[in-house]
Amino acid sequence: MRRALFPPARVTPVLVTLVLVATLLSGPLARAVQPDEMLSDPAMEARARAISKDLRCLVCQNQSIDDSDAPLARDLRLLLRERLVKGDTDAQAVAYLTDRYGDYVLLRPPVRPATYLLWFGPFVLLVGGGGILLWRGRRGSTGAEAVAPPLTAEEKAHLALLMRDEDEGKGRS
Amino acid sequence: MRRLMFLIPLVLFLGLAGWFAVRLKQIDRGDTPDHLPSVMIDKPVPAFDLPPLVEGQPGVAAKDLGPSAGESGKVRLVNFWASWCAPCRSEHPILMRLAGQGVDIRGIDYKDKAADGQAILARDGNPYAAVARDESGRTAIDFGVYGVPETYVIDRQGRIRYRQVGPITPQDLQNRILPLINELSK
Repeated sequence: MRRALFPPARVTPVLVTLVLVATLLSGPLARAVQPDEMLSDPAMEARARAISKDLRCLVCQNQSIDDSDAPLARDLRLLLRERLVKGDTDAQAVAYLTDRYGDYVLLRPPVRPATYLLWFGPFVLLVGGGGILLWRGRRGSTGAEAVAPPLTAEEKAHLALLMRDEDEGKGRS
Repeated sequence: MRRLMFLIPLVLFLGLAGWFAVRLKQIDRGDTPDHLPSVMIDKPVPAFDLPPLVEGQPGVAAKDLGPSAGESGKVRLVNFWASWCAPCRSEHPILMRLAGQGVDIRGIDYKDKAADGQAILARDGNPYAAVARDESGRTAIDFGVYGVPETYVIDRQGRIRYRQVGPITPQDLQNRILPLINELSK
Protein backbone atom coordinates (compact mmCIF):
# COMPACT_ATOMS: atom_id res chain seq x y z
CA MET A 1 0.00 0.00 0.00
CA ARG A 2 1.37 3.34 -1.00
CA ARG A 3 1.36 6.06 1.63
CA ALA A 4 1.70 9.70 0.82
CA LEU A 5 4.23 11.48 2.98
CA PHE A 6 1.76 14.32 3.54
CA PRO A 7 -1.84 13.24 3.20
CA PRO A 8 -3.52 15.91 1.02
CA ALA A 9 -6.27 16.55 3.54
CA ARG A 10 -3.66 17.59 6.12
CA VAL A 11 -1.32 19.50 3.91
CA THR A 12 -3.88 21.81 2.32
CA PRO A 13 -4.84 23.71 5.51
CA VAL A 14 -1.20 24.02 6.46
CA LEU A 15 -0.29 25.40 3.04
CA VAL A 16 -3.21 27.81 3.05
CA THR A 17 -2.20 29.06 6.48
CA LEU A 18 1.42 29.50 5.41
CA VAL A 19 0.42 31.43 2.29
CA LEU A 20 -1.93 33.62 4.33
CA VAL A 21 0.72 34.38 6.93
CA ALA A 22 3.28 35.12 4.23
CA THR A 23 0.85 37.43 2.46
CA LEU A 24 0.02 39.30 5.64
CA LEU A 25 3.67 39.66 6.60
CA SER A 26 4.82 40.77 3.16
CA GLY A 27 2.33 43.64 3.00
CA PRO A 28 4.22 46.01 5.28
CA LEU A 29 7.53 44.91 3.76
CA ALA A 30 6.52 45.76 0.20
CA ARG A 31 7.87 49.24 -0.41
CA ALA A 32 7.52 51.53 -3.35
CA VAL A 33 10.93 53.02 -2.58
CA GLN A 34 13.47 51.27 -4.78
CA PRO A 35 17.03 50.60 -3.59
CA ASP A 36 18.49 52.79 -6.34
CA GLU A 37 16.56 55.78 -4.99
CA MET A 38 17.92 55.53 -1.47
CA LEU A 39 20.57 57.86 -0.14
CA SER A 40 23.82 56.41 1.14
CA ASP A 41 23.56 58.46 4.33
CA PRO A 42 21.10 56.52 6.54
CA ALA A 43 20.21 59.58 8.64
CA MET A 44 19.30 61.60 5.57
CA GLU A 45 17.44 58.66 4.05
CA ALA A 46 15.42 58.38 7.27
CA ARG A 47 14.57 62.08 7.05
CA ALA A 48 13.48 61.63 3.43
CA ARG A 49 11.32 58.66 4.37
CA ALA A 50 9.69 60.56 7.22
CA ILE A 51 8.91 63.56 5.01
CA SER A 52 7.66 61.54 2.07
CA LYS A 53 5.20 59.63 4.27
CA ASP A 54 3.32 62.91 4.71
CA LEU A 55 3.41 63.93 1.06
CA ARG A 56 0.51 63.01 -1.16
CA CYS A 57 1.01 61.22 -4.44
CA LEU A 58 -0.88 63.52 -6.82
CA VAL A 59 -1.68 60.75 -9.24
CA CYS A 60 -3.23 58.28 -6.80
CA GLN A 61 -4.26 60.96 -4.28
CA ASN A 62 -4.89 58.59 -1.38
CA GLN A 63 -1.35 57.28 -1.07
CA SER A 64 1.76 58.99 0.14
CA ILE A 65 4.64 59.27 -2.30
CA ASP A 66 6.46 56.84 0.01
CA ASP A 67 3.81 54.19 -0.72
CA SER A 68 3.05 54.86 -4.34
CA ASP A 69 4.48 53.13 -7.37
CA ALA A 70 3.36 55.93 -9.69
CA PRO A 71 6.22 57.34 -11.80
CA LEU A 72 5.47 60.88 -10.57
CA ALA A 73 5.75 59.67 -6.96
CA ARG A 74 9.18 58.24 -7.75
CA ASP A 75 10.20 61.53 -9.38
CA LEU A 76 9.05 63.43 -6.32
CA ARG A 77 10.91 61.05 -3.99
CA LEU A 78 14.10 61.59 -5.98
CA LEU A 79 13.52 65.35 -6.04
CA LEU A 80 12.97 65.42 -2.29
CA ARG A 81 16.22 63.52 -1.66
CA GLU A 82 18.03 65.84 -4.02
CA ARG A 83 16.80 68.85 -2.05
CA LEU A 84 17.93 67.30 1.23
CA VAL A 85 21.37 66.52 -0.17
CA LYS A 86 21.62 70.13 -1.33
CA GLY A 87 21.19 71.16 2.31
CA ASP A 88 17.49 72.00 2.53
CA THR A 89 15.87 71.73 5.94
CA ASP A 90 12.80 69.49 6.15
CA ALA A 91 10.56 72.57 6.03
CA GLN A 92 12.39 73.98 2.99
CA ALA A 93 12.12 70.69 1.13
CA VAL A 94 8.39 70.51 1.82
CA ALA A 95 7.97 74.17 0.85
CA TYR A 96 9.66 73.41 -2.47
CA LEU A 97 6.80 71.05 -3.27
CA THR A 98 3.95 73.15 -1.85
CA ASP A 99 5.24 76.06 -4.00
CA ARG A 100 4.43 73.91 -7.03
CA TYR A 101 1.55 71.71 -5.96
CA GLY A 102 -0.06 73.69 -3.13
CA ASP A 103 -1.20 72.43 0.26
CA TYR A 104 -2.90 69.57 -1.53
CA VAL A 105 0.42 67.74 -1.62
CA LEU A 106 0.39 67.59 2.19
CA LEU A 107 -1.44 64.62 3.65
CA ARG A 108 -1.66 66.55 6.94
CA PRO A 109 -3.38 69.80 5.98
CA PRO A 110 -2.08 72.91 7.75
CA VAL A 111 -4.35 74.72 10.23
CA ARG A 112 -5.50 77.95 8.58
CA PRO A 113 -8.86 79.69 8.16
CA ALA A 114 -9.77 77.62 5.09
CA THR A 115 -9.25 74.39 7.05
CA TYR A 116 -10.78 75.45 10.39
CA LEU A 117 -13.97 73.56 9.55
CA LEU A 118 -11.92 70.45 8.79
CA TRP A 119 -9.87 70.62 11.97
CA PHE A 120 -12.44 71.91 14.44
CA GLY A 121 -15.73 70.79 12.85
CA PRO A 122 -15.78 67.39 14.59
CA PHE A 123 -15.22 69.01 18.00
CA VAL A 124 -17.96 71.56 17.32
CA LEU A 125 -20.27 68.67 16.46
CA LEU A 126 -19.20 66.74 19.56
CA VAL A 127 -19.66 69.68 21.92
CA GLY A 128 -22.87 70.76 20.23
CA GLY A 129 -24.35 67.26 20.17
CA GLY A 130 -23.23 66.63 23.75
CA GLY A 131 -24.79 69.96 24.79
CA ILE A 132 -28.11 69.08 23.22
CA LEU A 133 -28.10 65.66 24.89
CA LEU A 134 -27.26 67.18 28.28
CA TRP A 135 -29.92 69.84 27.89
CA ARG A 136 -32.57 67.32 26.96
CA GLY A 137 -31.47 64.90 29.68
CA ARG A 138 -31.62 67.56 32.39
CA ARG A 139 -35.00 68.82 31.23
CA GLY A 140 -36.32 65.26 31.39
CA SER A 141 -35.12 64.57 34.96
CA THR A 142 -36.03 67.91 36.57
CA GLY A 143 -39.41 68.00 34.89
CA ALA A 144 -42.33 65.92 36.11
CA GLU A 145 -40.92 62.54 35.34
CA ALA A 146 -44.20 60.68 35.08
CA VAL A 147 -44.39 58.50 38.19
CA ALA A 148 -47.25 56.05 37.82
CA PRO A 149 -50.00 56.74 40.40
CA PRO A 150 -50.53 53.91 42.93
CA LEU A 151 -53.15 51.32 42.04
CA THR A 152 -56.67 51.79 43.32
CA ALA A 153 -58.31 49.11 45.45
CA GLU A 154 -60.41 48.02 42.50
CA GLU A 155 -57.34 47.58 40.26
CA LYS A 156 -55.54 45.62 42.97
CA ALA A 157 -58.46 43.24 43.23
CA HIS A 158 -58.52 42.78 39.46
CA LEU A 159 -54.81 42.10 39.41
CA ALA A 160 -55.07 39.53 42.18
CA LEU A 161 -57.80 37.78 40.23
CA LEU A 162 -55.65 37.64 37.09
CA MET A 163 -52.65 36.29 38.98
CA ARG A 164 -54.70 33.56 40.57
CA ASP A 165 -56.11 32.50 37.18
CA GLU A 166 -52.58 32.28 35.89
CA ASP A 167 -51.42 30.04 38.76
CA GLU A 168 -54.38 27.74 38.35
CA GLY A 169 -53.70 27.48 34.66
CA LYS A 170 -50.17 26.28 35.40
CA GLY A 171 -51.41 23.72 37.91
CA ARG A 172 -53.76 22.11 35.42
CA SER A 173 -51.30 21.47 32.68
CA MET B 1 -41.01 76.67 18.04
CA ARG B 2 -41.58 73.08 19.07
CA ARG B 3 -44.38 72.84 16.58
CA LEU B 4 -41.98 73.63 13.71
CA MET B 5 -39.42 71.00 14.77
CA PHE B 6 -40.89 68.53 12.32
CA LEU B 7 -39.59 70.77 9.51
CA ILE B 8 -35.94 70.18 10.47
CA PRO B 9 -35.48 67.03 8.34
CA LEU B 10 -37.12 68.76 5.39
CA VAL B 11 -34.83 71.78 5.72
CA LEU B 12 -31.78 69.51 6.02
CA PHE B 13 -32.89 67.58 2.96
CA LEU B 14 -33.44 70.72 0.88
CA GLY B 15 -30.05 72.07 1.93
CA LEU B 16 -28.29 68.85 0.96
CA ALA B 17 -30.20 68.55 -2.33
CA GLY B 18 -29.32 72.16 -3.15
CA TRP B 19 -25.63 71.53 -2.46
CA PHE B 20 -25.69 68.40 -4.63
CA ALA B 21 -27.31 70.39 -7.44
CA VAL B 22 -24.60 73.07 -7.24
CA ARG B 23 -21.82 70.46 -7.28
CA LEU B 24 -23.40 68.60 -10.20
CA LYS B 25 -23.42 71.82 -12.20
CA GLN B 26 -19.80 72.50 -11.29
CA ILE B 27 -18.75 68.97 -12.23
CA ASP B 28 -20.55 69.45 -15.54
CA ARG B 29 -18.33 72.43 -16.17
CA GLY B 30 -15.25 70.34 -15.48
CA ASP B 31 -14.72 71.19 -11.82
CA THR B 32 -14.39 67.58 -10.69
CA PRO B 33 -12.97 66.46 -7.33
CA ASP B 34 -9.75 65.30 -8.99
CA HIS B 35 -9.33 68.73 -10.55
CA LEU B 36 -6.74 70.32 -8.31
CA PRO B 37 -6.40 74.06 -8.05
CA SER B 38 -3.03 75.31 -9.29
CA VAL B 39 -0.92 77.45 -7.01
CA MET B 40 0.97 78.68 -10.08
CA ILE B 41 -1.89 80.86 -11.31
CA ASP B 42 -0.79 84.49 -11.78
CA LYS B 43 2.84 83.55 -11.18
CA PRO B 44 5.52 83.89 -13.84
CA VAL B 45 6.41 80.68 -15.65
CA PRO B 46 9.17 78.76 -13.84
CA ALA B 47 12.69 79.03 -15.21
CA PHE B 48 13.39 76.32 -17.74
CA ASP B 49 15.23 75.71 -20.99
CA LEU B 50 14.42 72.42 -22.67
CA PRO B 51 16.10 70.87 -25.71
CA PRO B 52 14.11 70.44 -28.92
CA LEU B 53 12.24 67.25 -29.70
CA VAL B 54 13.55 67.37 -33.26
CA GLU B 55 17.25 68.03 -33.64
CA GLY B 56 17.95 71.36 -35.31
CA GLN B 57 14.56 72.90 -34.52
CA PRO B 58 13.96 75.31 -31.62
CA GLY B 59 13.25 73.98 -28.15
CA VAL B 60 11.12 75.70 -25.53
CA ALA B 61 12.45 77.95 -22.78
CA ALA B 62 10.97 80.36 -20.24
CA LYS B 63 12.39 83.29 -22.22
CA ASP B 64 10.21 82.30 -25.22
CA LEU B 65 7.12 83.03 -23.15
CA GLY B 66 6.13 86.59 -22.36
CA PRO B 67 7.83 89.69 -23.69
CA SER B 68 11.14 89.32 -25.42
CA ALA B 69 13.49 91.77 -27.09
CA GLY B 70 11.64 93.87 -29.67
CA GLU B 71 8.27 92.21 -29.05
CA SER B 72 5.57 93.05 -26.51
CA GLY B 73 4.77 89.38 -25.97
CA LYS B 74 1.73 87.43 -26.96
CA VAL B 75 -0.65 85.00 -25.32
CA ARG B 76 0.63 81.48 -25.67
CA LEU B 77 -0.32 77.99 -24.62
CA VAL B 78 2.08 75.49 -23.13
CA ASN B 79 0.89 71.94 -23.67
CA PHE B 80 2.41 68.98 -21.82
CA TRP B 81 1.86 65.79 -23.79
CA ALA B 82 3.41 62.42 -24.55
CA SER B 83 3.20 59.80 -27.26
CA TRP B 84 2.19 57.18 -24.65
CA CYS B 85 -0.70 59.31 -23.40
CA ALA B 86 -4.07 58.30 -24.81
CA PRO B 87 -6.05 61.42 -23.76
CA CYS B 88 -3.41 63.47 -25.58
CA ARG B 89 -4.50 61.82 -28.82
CA SER B 90 -8.12 62.82 -28.23
CA GLU B 91 -6.97 66.38 -27.56
CA HIS B 92 -4.77 66.53 -30.62
CA PRO B 93 -7.42 67.59 -33.20
CA ILE B 94 -8.40 70.50 -30.95
CA LEU B 95 -4.79 71.64 -30.74
CA MET B 96 -4.55 71.39 -34.54
CA ARG B 97 -7.66 73.57 -34.85
CA LEU B 98 -6.29 76.12 -32.39
CA ALA B 99 -2.99 76.25 -34.25
CA GLY B 100 -4.96 76.75 -37.47
CA GLN B 101 -6.61 79.78 -35.88
CA GLY B 102 -3.15 81.24 -35.23
CA VAL B 103 -2.80 80.38 -31.53
CA ASP B 104 0.82 79.96 -30.52
CA ILE B 105 1.17 76.59 -28.76
CA ARG B 106 4.45 75.40 -27.30
CA GLY B 107 4.60 71.67 -26.78
CA ILE B 108 6.53 69.83 -24.11
CA ASP B 109 6.92 66.12 -24.69
CA TYR B 110 6.83 64.67 -21.18
CA LYS B 111 9.00 61.65 -20.28
CA ASP B 112 8.93 60.24 -23.76
CA LYS B 113 11.29 58.63 -26.23
CA ALA B 114 12.27 61.23 -28.80
CA ALA B 115 11.60 58.85 -31.68
CA ASP B 116 8.08 58.07 -30.40
CA GLY B 117 7.23 61.74 -29.97
CA GLN B 118 8.55 62.60 -33.42
CA ALA B 119 6.63 59.70 -34.99
CA ILE B 120 3.31 60.82 -33.50
CA LEU B 121 3.76 64.38 -34.76
CA ALA B 122 4.74 63.10 -38.20
CA ARG B 123 1.63 60.90 -38.30
CA ASP B 124 -1.03 63.19 -36.78
CA GLY B 125 0.37 66.63 -37.59
CA ASN B 126 2.30 69.15 -35.54
CA PRO B 127 0.23 71.89 -33.88
CA TYR B 128 3.22 73.35 -32.03
CA ALA B 129 5.18 76.50 -32.82
CA ALA B 130 8.04 74.72 -31.05
CA VAL B 131 8.34 71.36 -29.28
CA ALA B 132 10.76 70.43 -26.55
CA ARG B 133 11.54 67.30 -24.58
CA ASP B 134 11.24 67.05 -20.83
CA GLU B 135 12.92 63.72 -20.37
CA SER B 136 13.35 63.93 -16.60
CA GLY B 137 9.94 65.50 -16.01
CA ARG B 138 11.52 68.19 -13.82
CA THR B 139 10.14 71.13 -15.77
CA ALA B 140 6.69 69.56 -15.54
CA ILE B 141 7.10 69.37 -11.74
CA ASP B 142 8.10 73.05 -11.72
CA PHE B 143 4.83 73.84 -13.50
CA GLY B 144 2.90 71.68 -11.03
CA VAL B 145 1.96 69.11 -13.65
CA TYR B 146 0.61 65.88 -12.16
CA GLY B 147 -0.44 64.11 -15.33
CA VAL B 148 -0.52 64.58 -19.07
CA PRO B 149 -2.08 66.28 -20.89
CA GLU B 150 -2.02 69.58 -19.09
CA THR B 151 -2.25 72.93 -20.81
CA TYR B 152 -1.27 76.33 -19.45
CA VAL B 153 -2.42 79.69 -20.78
CA ILE B 154 0.48 82.18 -20.52
CA ASP B 155 -0.32 85.88 -20.74
CA ARG B 156 1.69 88.54 -22.58
CA GLN B 157 3.79 89.23 -19.49
CA GLY B 158 4.74 85.56 -19.22
CA ARG B 159 2.51 84.74 -16.27
CA ILE B 160 0.47 81.55 -15.95
CA ARG B 161 -3.20 82.51 -16.07
CA TYR B 162 -5.02 79.21 -16.45
CA ARG B 163 -4.35 75.53 -16.15
CA GLN B 164 -6.28 72.87 -18.02
CA VAL B 165 -5.99 69.45 -16.38
CA GLY B 166 -6.65 66.62 -18.81
CA PRO B 167 -7.55 66.96 -22.47
CA ILE B 168 -9.12 70.17 -23.73
CA THR B 169 -12.71 69.40 -24.66
CA PRO B 170 -14.67 71.49 -27.19
CA GLN B 171 -16.65 72.88 -24.23
CA ASP B 172 -13.48 73.93 -22.39
CA LEU B 173 -12.29 75.57 -25.57
CA GLN B 174 -15.51 77.55 -26.11
CA ASN B 175 -16.27 78.40 -22.49
CA ARG B 176 -12.87 79.03 -21.01
CA ILE B 177 -9.80 78.95 -23.18
CA LEU B 178 -10.83 80.97 -26.24
CA PRO B 179 -12.55 83.72 -24.17
CA LEU B 180 -9.46 83.91 -21.94
CA ILE B 181 -7.09 84.13 -24.92
CA ASN B 182 -9.23 86.91 -26.41
CA GLU B 183 -9.36 88.81 -23.15
CA LEU B 184 -5.63 88.49 -22.48
CA SER B 185 -4.76 89.49 -26.05
CA LYS B 186 -6.48 92.89 -25.73
